[in-house]
Amino acid sequence: MGGVTIFQYDFMIRAVIGAAITGLAAPALGVYLVQRRMSLIGDGIGHIALTGVGVGLLTGNSPVLTAVVVAALGAVAVELVRQRGRTSGDIALALLFYGGISGGVFLVGLSGSKTSTNLIAYLFGSPMTTSRSDLTVMAVLGAAVLAVALLLRPWLFALCQDEEYARVSGLPVRSLNLLLAVATAVTVTVAMRAVGLLLVSALMVVPVATAQLVARGFRQTMHLAMLLGLAAGVLGITVAGQYDTAPGATVVLVAIAGFALVSLAGGALRALRRVRVPTPDPVAQVEPPDVLL
Amino acid sequence: MSVLAVRAGVVGYGDRAVLHGAHLSVEAGEVVALLGANGSGKSTLIRACLGLVPLASGEIRLFGTPLRRFRQWRRIGYVPQRLGAGGGVPATVAEVVASGRLARRGLLRPPRGADRAAVGAALAAVGLADRSGEPVSTLSGGQQQRTLIARALAAEPELLILDEPTAGVDAGSQAAFAGALGEFVAGGGTVLLVAHELGPLKPLITRAVVVHEGRLVHCAEVPDPAGHHADPAHEHVHPHAPAEASGMWGA
Repeated sequence: MGGVTIFQYDFMIRAVIGAAITGLAAPALGVYLVQRRMSLIGDGIGHIALTGVGVGLLTGNSPVLTAVVVAALGAVAVELVRQRGRTSGDIALALLFYGGISGGVFLVGLSGSKTSTNLIAYLFGSPMTTSRSDLTVMAVLGAAVLAVALLLRPWLFALCQDEEYARVSGLPVRSLNLLLAVATAVTVTVAMRAVGLLLVSALMVVPVATAQLVARGFRQTMHLAMLLGLAAGVLGITVAGQYDTAPGATVVLVAIAGFALVSLAGGALRALRRVRVPTPDPVAQVEPPDVLL
Repeated sequence: MSVLAVRAGVVGYGDRAVLHGAHLSVEAGEVVALLGANGSGKSTLIRACLGLVPLASGEIRLFGTPLRRFRQWRRIGYVPQRLGAGGGVPATVAEVVASGRLARRGLLRPPRGADRAAVGAALAAVGLADRSGEPVSTLSGGQQQRTLIARALAAEPELLILDEPTAGVDAGSQAAFAGALGEFVAGGGTVLLVAHELGPLKPLITRAVVVHEGRLVHCAEVPDPAGHHADPAHEHVHPHAPAEASGMWGA
């Protein structure tokens, strides 16, 4: 089988490991963003992270490191906007996101050499160029994201499910919010190499969207989404290596194909169940339809 | 010492005062109902008591401690009007109820036997023990409301604060709700609840306070429903919770 031969290259193995780390970490954190109806925030933070990349390239520092710092600052700013603002918040976010991406393009341009190659790599990912040290950074940051997402699950769940209730329960709502914002920024940076800053959000959201089609609870959704993200990452990179397609885009398309498959299968399953004898809930039946939420 | 004391509480949204100098004290073991029309300020009053709405002037004390210095939130169980919709990520009944127990669980501390027992007892108290593994979104409005009271009970609070707990809830769930509340009161608990109508909760109420245009009118007995509200089959329309804030970060 030809699929085996591509793994004789070290760069392919590194690419797959990087995609696996991204595939696990992005949905683990993304499930909280989806629960909060902030599915697109990862995209915005990705825009801001590009400024960090530009700063890194211009000053000769590691772009990943500067991207983490700038994205984290941006995420904290977004969180402060969310806490304060109501009406003007939307505009503030737009300023931040578009300022972020323009600043990034501007700074990368100033840094000189191979500008467009650099930009494409950061915007759409370049997993096949993952170096050994890149991989170490990704593993450390990915582990940090997973630790936050998995160990703090009950608290972050309570926060994202009902923030007012979390406050009245005496949970450290402000600290948890800031932690979630910073973890989002770190996730974006981890995923930058595998899928790129413009596609980061897809891996944080699509596996969660697929998982919640079939899962019954929050923990189940989270674990299933991590599994789906992992599968999309590994499968996407393998396909891209085999057929020489754009890796980041292939990973995201595989994830979306998974969503389509599961929705179709779910629809077929529901149709089958309807054929069998329905057993509706007796309490729900006596209630007027308007209270069925 | 009062469990809850409000002195000259003023709350305003922008320039508009919603609550004008409210005085209220709730003693241990009391079951106090705040009654009043929609927009009278009764929900605002309890939200102020929980620190969710800032007080423009006046003072609120919880268990003798001024609100801004109050930290023992596990002594209070809050039951909001309705379950937050969430972003479509499913959550089981047990997961929602267990989140109420976090008030007594230190950050990062794994659950102990006592935590699991409290969650189980809270589920049993509202008659949802057999539904614990189901997604809350598949429950009826009444069952969701019972999930919320179980969440509050899971922290084993001393004071329950409920915001329109029976609005839009079917008769069967209202009875289950009244049963759970009765058990809580029999165990020495104190209750402050906002209600539009009392229904099966009426026998539990020890004192009713009517809120009218942001002022509190005290009365000892629970008033009988009047006008078209006296008719059990009257048309009941609720505006429910304020419109949710939209935007990327949601609310």
